[in-house]
Amino acid sequence: MKTASGDAIIKLENVTKSFGEGEKKMVVLDDFNAEMERGKITCIIGGSGSGKSTVLRHLIGAYQPDSGKIWIDGENVVGMNVKEMNAVRKKFGILFQTGALFNSMTVEENVALPLKEHTKIPKETIQIMVAIKLEMVGLRGSGHLKPAQLSGGMLKRIALARAIALDPKIVFYDEPSAGLDPISIGVIDKLMKDLSSKMGITSVVVTHELPSALRIADKIIMLFKGKIIFSGTPEEIKTSADERVSQFVNGRPDGPIPFSKTQKDYGEELKEMSYY
Amino acid sequence: MSIEFDFQEGADGVATLTIRGDMDMNSSPEVREKLTGMFEKNQKAIIIDLSAVPYIDSSGIATLVEGLQWSHSSKNKFFLAGMTAGVKDVFEIARLLPVFDTFDTPADALAGV
Repeated sequence: MKTASGDAIIKLENVTKSFGEGEKKMVVLDDFNAEMERGKITCIIGGSGSGKSTVLRHLIGAYQPDSGKIWIDGENVVGMNVKEMNAVRKKFGILFQTGALFNSMTVEENVALPLKEHTKIPKETIQIMVAIKLEMVGLRGSGHLKPAQLSGGMLKRIALARAIALDPKIVFYDEPSAGLDPISIGVIDKLMKDLSSKMGITSVVVTHELPSALRIADKIIMLFKGKIIFSGTPEEIKTSADERVSQFVNGRPDGPIPFSKTQKDYGEELKEMSYY
Repeated sequence: MSIEFDFQEGADGVATLTIRGDMDMNSSPEVREKLTGMFEKNQKAIIIDLSAVPYIDSSGIATLVEGLQWSHSSKNKFFLAGMTAGVKDVFEIARLLPVFDTFDTPADALAGV
């Protein structure tokens, strides 16, 4: 069933998610609605605890919402069983923040793994495909190395090579720039742009690295306390009049987005620690 | 979309394979089988007409790289012709456009043999 309007390949409809119960109940996504266009790069930004990672975990099927619908390429993935979800997962690749490579395997074996697991492609062709993917991330010649022999930036690029091994329609990126040097960030940014513009891949990027989002995004969605407070282009976010958006864009420590997430009064909490 | 082939073999030892359809994970093994059969005949030159291929993924490109490997070891020619803009983009992102001998049309490729 197709319901996504326009050319949206991903659509979240009235998604609500909370954790905990009673007094400790925390609503992380509150009647959340968003669309991501086919072949475009959508960056989801926001401070720690804004709900951006929760959105990503819903999209990859790691979380089920309390209510709402999540459409991926025409299918509502909410309530899908494992077999159904695995079929949808073949359409997307995920770049995990940690890379999530297998340390016992070489780089080549890591990148080849999804191809061996999910396709009937002969091993000779797979070998060439792996070389192509490694060249795309600028690491051809590193295939024989083990993950432990690589730097953080190299690991992230290898993980990206694996995420795109199956030529997915959609790639989800969880903090792709985290912990990388500027050149590695530039390589990954360019690759994300090329994958979208030349291969038509839809990218959803969860990041708190605003400069990177400004460089690559077709659309930026900013979250605050589980709600969208901005949705627009990189140019538009720079001139947003919303103080919460402006605080984030300009990196100001003080403003409507609190530095501390603690609800309890600081003085009261310290007094209660006393043994007297 | 299923894949279709049109095979033409000239008296001069030049064979042209026209591929119609997407070259992706599903169809690439079939393309490879077709090409392997052609490699075994030891053609003087193989021209692949891609003008009816709207989409290619890395498995499709990798299959064509096997043609390059055949060309390298047999010293015969392996030419690509008629790439659509979308297909050319994927070759570019794979950084393989300069590696292949490419021609606008199969006729141009034939003239280059």
